[in-house]
Amino acid sequence: MNNHSNIVISIASGKGGTGKTTLAVNLALSLANVEVLDCDVEEPNVHLFLKPKIRHEDKAYLLVPEVEKEKCDFCGICQEVCAYNAIAVLKPTSKTKGNVLVFAALCHSCGACSLLCPQKAIKEVKKEIGVVVNGGLESIDFVGGRLNVGEAMAPPLIEQVLKCISRTKTVIIDAPPGASCSMISAVKESDFCILVTEPTPFGLNDLILAVEVLRKLKISFGVVINRSDIGDSAVLDYCVREDIVVLMQIPFEEKIARAYSQGITIVDILPEYKDKFRSLNNQIIRIIAKRNGFGYIKKNETNCCN
Amino acid sequence: MKQIVVISGKGGTGKTVFTASLAVLAESKVLADCDVDAADLHLILKPVIVQTDNFVGGKAFEINRDICIKCGKCIQFCRFKAISADFIIDPIFCEGCGLCKRICPVNAISESDRICGQSYISNSKYGPFAHAKLDIAEGNSGKLVSKVRQAAKKIALQKKLDYVIIDGTPGIGCALIASIAGVDLAVVVVEPTISGIHDMQRVLDVAAHFKVVSKVVINKFDINLENCAEIEEVCKIKGVEIIGRIPFSRQVSESIVKCIPMVEYVDMPIREKIIAIWEKIKIYTQM
Repeated sequence: MNNHSNIVISIASGKGGTGKTTLAVNLALSLANVEVLDCDVEEPNVHLFLKPKIRHEDKAYLLVPEVEKEKCDFCGICQEVCAYNAIAVLKPTSKTKGNVLVFAALCHSCGACSLLCPQKAIKEVKKEIGVVVNGGLESIDFVGGRLNVGEAMAPPLIEQVLKCISRTKTVIIDAPPGASCSMISAVKESDFCILVTEPTPFGLNDLILAVEVLRKLKISFGVVINRSDIGDSAVLDYCVREDIVVLMQIPFEEKIARAYSQGITIVDILPEYKDKFRSLNNQIIRIIAKRNGFGYIKKNETNCCN
Repeated sequence: MKQIVVISGKGGTGKTVFTASLAVLAESKVLADCDVDAADLHLILKPVIVQTDNFVGGKAFEINRDICIKCGKCIQFCRFKAISADFIIDPIFCEGCGLCKRICPVNAISESDRICGQSYISNSKYGPFAHAKLDIAEGNSGKLVSKVRQAAKKIALQKKLDYVIIDGTPGIGCALIASIAGVDLAVVVVEPTISGIHDMQRVLDVAAHFKVVSKVVINKFDINLENCAEIEEVCKIKGVEIIGRIPFSRQVSESIVKCIPMVEYVDMPIREKIIAIWEKIKIYTQM
């Protein structure tokens, strides 16, 4: 969990396409003076709506083994210690020379092979897995990760995006869908997680999975119901039953859907929503303050009326 | 036997709803839900489970505190920051590499199989169904996706079924790669939004990277015709054919709320469009 005086809010959902990015961007535009981290590195979308000015792009790497063949005696220990089948040793025979094959796509960068090689024949080299983009728009800072096509491992790239986390500004993290490793990597540093869902059986099913993950991680959370009038009341009933705070409901509006399809935000077409997003933030600050003692409120609360 | 996967890049574009329609239309098939992270297809198929298997995702490690001398070597070398200062391994962050066990000077760390979820074989109104559930806060979904696909393929071969129809995962990472590897056709469901287009391009590139043939279906095409034109342009450049356009309809949301396959619920004009897409898929997979 975040040890600093600023607040880190992550936005996750379980089910994809419920409105995580929409909420992240609109919340950022309503609050200003925030940092937005796009941790949906497989399919990053924040930049399409926030349209930040990109200042620099840095390559992101994973450490993978490289074998110095002249030092290697083909003992096979590296293969034995690799839990991911990412390294294979072909022992020399009377007819063939030995070889060591590295399958970099399977490597988790644990370092076991290089550390445990008796001949010290394995060094770790950088393999590019994606980029980390830095930029901003007025008082909003933006950092986003983008996984390279064909790369499997999102969590190490998410870690690199999270290294840029601000210690002073309110941080908004756009998490990937699902409830597994990538989602956990993205939300684990946050003080509060907003779960965005829609009132359908799919939305509810995946919301429950995400809720269970956050409870296990001991992260406070609340729910935002998007397109709140398209389905049934099962999500609301579930939240009441489970004593989960429903922070906001956003009814379906064709105007919002059409604007979204063009990359236009809610607060652009319906500026009155700014107050709603600010009060959403204030609710979160109050929940965190209640949990931590009241030190936070004065510093971070934004006035709904300004 | 042919394997067809439904993917999208972006989540929530209609993968599962479309897959459920194929489940109705295809005659001889087994279904597989590979979105093991947040599986939803079972809500529509209402399966009856006939077989449950534990999914061993890797190894779990535990420090025996009676033996541990608190030297701190395991904490120092764990790349995943999974070991706390008081020598407890947090399973949420442990990636199961086992380096801690190997370097512990007093052999204080034991290992066991790590059960990360369950995989199921079920019967449904629409045919046999392979699916799975990851346990809470577990990882290694790519491996579980492969397990579900193997189970589905085995059923198809045993029962001599024509198709394995796979509900894929969003994104482009390990779970997506595991759900498309070696399939005969990937159907990419896209919606005409700028994020939908952006994400479609990336997933089409991943499919091409792994030499998988893709076809595109535009869902809710009439919410933004300009963006549809852009999808057409992108697909033309990439040499990918668009095999159908499904209009927006409130009936689709209703069918989801009622957990009925869309094709059984919507009015004839939309139903005909979905049937036409399935006919094209049949031609491409030459069954």
